[in-house]
Amino acid sequence: MSANILSAEQALDPRAAKVVSAPSPERVAIRNLNFYYGTSRALKDINLPLYANRVTAFIGPSGCGKSTLLRVLNRMYDLYPNQRAEGEVLLDGDNILAPSMDLNLLRARVGMVFQKPTPFPMSIYDNIAFGIGLYEKLSKAEMTVRVEQALTRAALWGEVKDKLTASGQSLSGGQQQRLCIARTVAIKPEVILLDEPCSALDPLSTARIEELIEELKVDYTIAIVTHNMQQASRTSDHTAFMYLGELVEFGPTGKTFTNPVNKRTQDYITGRFG
Amino acid sequence: MAHIVASFDVELQNLSALIIEMGATVGQQIEDAAEAFRTRSVVTAKKVIAADKAVDAMQLQIEERVIAMIAKRQPLAIDLRETIATLKIATDLERMGDLAKNNAKRIMAMTAPLQPSSAGVNLDLLSKRAHNQLSRVMLAYARRDKELARQVWESDGEIDTLHTSLFRELLTYMMEDPRSIGHCTHLLFCAKNLERTGDHATNIAENIHYIVTGEFLSGDRPKGPNPANFKPDAS
Repeated sequence: MSANILSAEQALDPRAAKVVSAPSPERVAIRNLNFYYGTSRALKDINLPLYANRVTAFIGPSGCGKSTLLRVLNRMYDLYPNQRAEGEVLLDGDNILAPSMDLNLLRARVGMVFQKPTPFPMSIYDNIAFGIGLYEKLSKAEMTVRVEQALTRAALWGEVKDKLTASGQSLSGGQQQRLCIARTVAIKPEVILLDEPCSALDPLSTARIEELIEELKVDYTIAIVTHNMQQASRTSDHTAFMYLGELVEFGPTGKTFTNPVNKRTQDYITGRFG
Repeated sequence: MAHIVASFDVELQNLSALIIEMGATVGQQIEDAAEAFRTRSVVTAKKVIAADKAVDAMQLQIEERVIAMIAKRQPLAIDLRETIATLKIATDLERMGDLAKNNAKRIMAMTAPLQPSSAGVNLDLLSKRAHNQLSRVMLAYARRDKELARQVWESDGEIDTLHTSLFRELLTYMMEDPRSIGHCTHLLFCAKNLERTGDHATNIAENIHYIVTGEFLSGDRPKGPNPANFKPDAS
């Protein structure tokens, strides 16, 4: 087991410090966003940035709109009738809510991982290759390289490299979730949305996913919805607290969990709500 | 607003009560040490020394409870500030108890009448000031009163001034009559211990401010003259 102590080289690595301290540009800008399920307004005038190479955690009680907000970010709601969003969500300056937005392309740019692992009923290899094949035409050799890269990036390669033809559904819950993350990163998105990715996992699998989130933010912009306050405080750089469809507080995670500005935030994270 | 898990509130309240009890015990130690000095009572001095065991035990108990609370509750925001600050306050109180105990030992060592007899007057005053700082800071803790905490923090300079003046006074006695050196050396240490007691009270004030506001008291604390700046070769 490797120790959690930085080696001298790591501690002195200027890149490590850079990731933490460098100011980060806005990758996603949510502007005056309202969302409706039929006539019911589920999100109210949300304004929020998602910073590049940072993890933003969304917390709040059930029904506060945090998962709805995540579903807006890759227009997942388009699959359902009577659901609509108003306002702007700018991804690198492009309004993803514009009718002209190519949804297939958008979902390649903004990947999503769900609460319950959802491997396709096919082999581990095909679980990864399937998504890549939708967007790119690769030779078999190139595809094999990409599959290995994706599984390595999701910290799963070592565990599955000898059984790539086995069904994705034969893996453990934690492995299935990492397979889903591998599937998401395989198509090289810009943003990764994680909707309670660890709620069905044991503590060790949870720790692996959290470690993975830390590694993935070097390349991606990440938004995570979680009900676990400790997970939000451990994994994120910024935290957004939502309540009844409103964004109550958004700020640096360290500040939010030691000295939140809003009383409702404090009541929620300290278990005084309701 | 109360926690949904009511037992968490009970644990926090019990922790606060223990700190207040510890503060009261240390306050009694400081008062008893002063009394022992005034009356040259070995019995009272021994009482101070004995009380230190109780103070140490309370600190240990607070540490154990805070560690258990962090493991069990994973406190955040105000709860996190409460638990961490409480741990630090307990350490300051324990140090104050040690200082009172050290003074009691010195008082027991000074068996002969003071040379000169006036040498103890300002020490008594210093002791009262230090005790007053502790009393006020414990009141600020009980009320979670950041303004009172700030007042305590700001008034430590008065103790510094008194300490420096006592330092000069004792130095003068020693220069005038070398027979007073034995007593005056003990008194110098007693004075230093009381000055440190005042510093611990300001630490506690800082922690109370942090509990209430989430921010550290900023700016330079008003400080009186420091005997460390005394230049023995200057005159």
